[in-house]
Amino acid sequence: MSETLKVPTMAECAAEGRQPEILFWVGSAGSYDDRAKKITRAFVKILNKANVDFAVLGTEESCTGDVAKRAGNEFLFQMQAITNIEILNAYGVKRIVTACPHSYNTLKNEYPQLGGNYQVQHHTQFIDELIKDGRLKVGQETTFKGKRITFHDPCYLGRANDVYEAPRELLRTLGVDLVEMKRNRKTALCCGAGGAQMFKEPEKGDKDINVLRTEDAMETQPNIIATGCPYCNTMMTDGVKAKEKEAEISVLDVAELIAKAQNL
Amino acid sequence: MQYLPNILFAIAFIVGIGYFTKNVKKLIRNIKLGRDVDVSNNKSERFKNMAMIAFGQTKMVRRPIAGILHLIVYVGFIVINIEVLEIVIDGLFGTHRIFSSIGKPYGVLIGIFEILAVLVFVSVILFWIRRNIIKLKRFWKAEMTSWPKNDGNFILYFEMILMTLFLVMNATDLHFQSMDSGNVISQFIAPWFSGLSEGTLHLIERSAWWLHILGILVFLNYLYFSKHLHIILAFPNTYYGKLTPKGQFNNLESVTKEVKMMMDPNVDPFAAPAEGTEAAMPEKFGASDVQDLSWVQLLNAYTCTECGRCTSECPANLTGKKLSPRKIMMDTRDRLEEVGKNMDTNNGEFKDDGKQLLDDYITREELWACTTCNACVEACPVSIDPLSIILEMRRYLVMEQSAAPAELNNMMTNIENNGAPWPYNQMDRLNWKNE
Ligand code: SF4
Ligand code: SF4
Repeated sequence: MSETLKVPTMAECAAEGRQPEILFWVGSAGSYDDRAKKITRAFVKILNKANVDFAVLGTEESCTGDVAKRAGNEFLFQMQAITNIEILNAYGVKRIVTACPHSYNTLKNEYPQLGGNYQVQHHTQFIDELIKDGRLKVGQETTFKGKRITFHDPCYLGRANDVYEAPRELLRTLGVDLVEMKRNRKTALCCGAGGAQMFKEPEKGDKDINVLRTEDAMETQPNIIATGCPYCNTMMTDGVKAKEKEAEISVLDVAELIAKAQNL
Repeated sequence: MQYLPNILFAIAFIVGIGYFTKNVKKLIRNIKLGRDVDVSNNKSERFKNMAMIAFGQTKMVRRPIAGILHLIVYVGFIVINIEVLEIVIDGLFGTHRIFSSIGKPYGVLIGIFEILAVLVFVSVILFWIRRNIIKLKRFWKAEMTSWPKNDGNFILYFEMILMTLFLVMNATDLHFQSMDSGNVISQFIAPWFSGLSEGTLHLIERSAWWLHILGILVFLNYLYFSKHLHIILAFPNTYYGKLTPKGQFNNLESVTKEVKMMMDPNVDPFAAPAEGTEAAMPEKFGASDVQDLSWVQLLNAYTCTECGRCTSECPANLTGKKLSPRKIMMDTRDRLEEVGKNMDTNNGEFKDDGKQLLDDYITREELWACTTCNACVEACPVSIDPLSIILEMRRYLVMEQSAAPAELNNMMTNIENNGAPWPYNQMDRLNWKNE
């Protein structure tokens, strides 16, 4: 899996004296986590296919500070934020797209007070726009046609920012059989990773949150659990494993589904 | 002697209203113990929220059964209270059904009241069954013991009694029954009392009348001690509710100042504070007690109806963790009341009692179990934000006490050193491109 991706960096663009249309904010998970890196690559393939003029910060990108803020460390958050904002502003960034709802929320909602004002989109919103603008063509006759797919709403995309429909629109364009869990959209259950839980053991209880959420999903008897967040992806993948269902149910990001449907 | 009832009524009325006013003052004082926040913006949006959520009950009906029953009790409560106006005037001036002189409309009005009274009565019975016979899970969680549990039932008994008294009062009122207009329900209750002498009927009518109004005055004063306070506070609380996206957590200005100073190479960190500026008394970060919370958060605590909708959607609570967002609100209110009582006994000054909200009420285990998923905020029918209190207390633990769980400290050290929550080299950030 090493067909070359076109991934220009902001530094390269600046050297060439041009301003890309959008900045793709990869995020820490998307950069380092083995599972999330696949999502990053899938999204870049879509960007390449649609000839989107984009760039990444590459080694100049640093954690948004989302986890630090939610763990209660406002100092660390603001240091991260201010450092990132200095770089983003130096490059004159106006539009940001990210595949991580946590980065999306932080960049969109929490950076403005610290001097970072950008138009921020989640990758599902951006891809949806690409399709609507005719820049990306997805036919209904895909490998996923008729497959039962349920969408798990990431808290930081859904409740936190009221984005419920963009990912679903994308799934519909694939001609899939979209089935909703009982708890969906506003009442969707968290995967268990938010608020810095991803980085610690859960408190004592009688069940893990990701297992409960996987049970929600399993009620819909899906072939695929789709989501739009690298953390949710990890949690749901682990949940499916805990239920020993990995042979029947795969957990995929919406971007991966779109990319696969196009044989990218 | 002729004026005795009027005088007694006036005394009861003044005492009832007076005690209530006293407690309202206390309530306002306690809420003001919170830190100031600027919520003076977006007035029109705030009014709209109040109209929709508190007055229009839009969030209540998301759970249709409870929502509709609640709507009936709520409408009944507001509308039947018009009758209280008449009772008060009659009581003070010794008149009888003063508004009946308006004729036909009076009958229509009382007719509506009577129908509502029956609907309220039935709804309240159903509520009671849900709580005590069906035992809906959210009413039987760990924090719903003793007072909170009884409180919920007392309110229901109160309503049942008040509605019964209202109907009995109408049924035994010969003058009213003889008007034969508006007695849509009470005409069927009146025969139960047939065979009693006119004097006895009058006695029953008067007793029901008195008990009804005294009951209302007692109920009014019960509010301050009860979750039922929400019938008043839901209005300001929805008005001051959060307007920004739920995912947006507030920015700590005081931290911004320090961080900017730390990161600005031109600032001499050892320079004496400039003349005239506050000698840098470091502000406390986060909250360990109620006074560290904002007054809106304290208003939240008094507004909480203990309905448990938040807790019933909390992923941590659903998986058996100790965290319950409802308990966060109840603890905050209990502690605030304790602080208030402390001030009452110490001439208005708070004397350190060696207790605080953190640890004595809310444990760290609860705070660290939160996924910040906002399910509680979304579920609350009166715009309460339990998550903001959890975050404020985490801030205290991390920034004032460096008391985060060890794994989180590792994660934060990683961010400090290499800009990612994992121990990877920042120079490897783009490696995914070639993998
Ligand atoms: S934000 Fe925290 S307290 Fe509220 S529902 Fe989610 S996990 Fe529970
Ligand atoms: S915080 Fe809101 S949802 Fe939770 S118990 Fe109180 S009123 Fe009900």
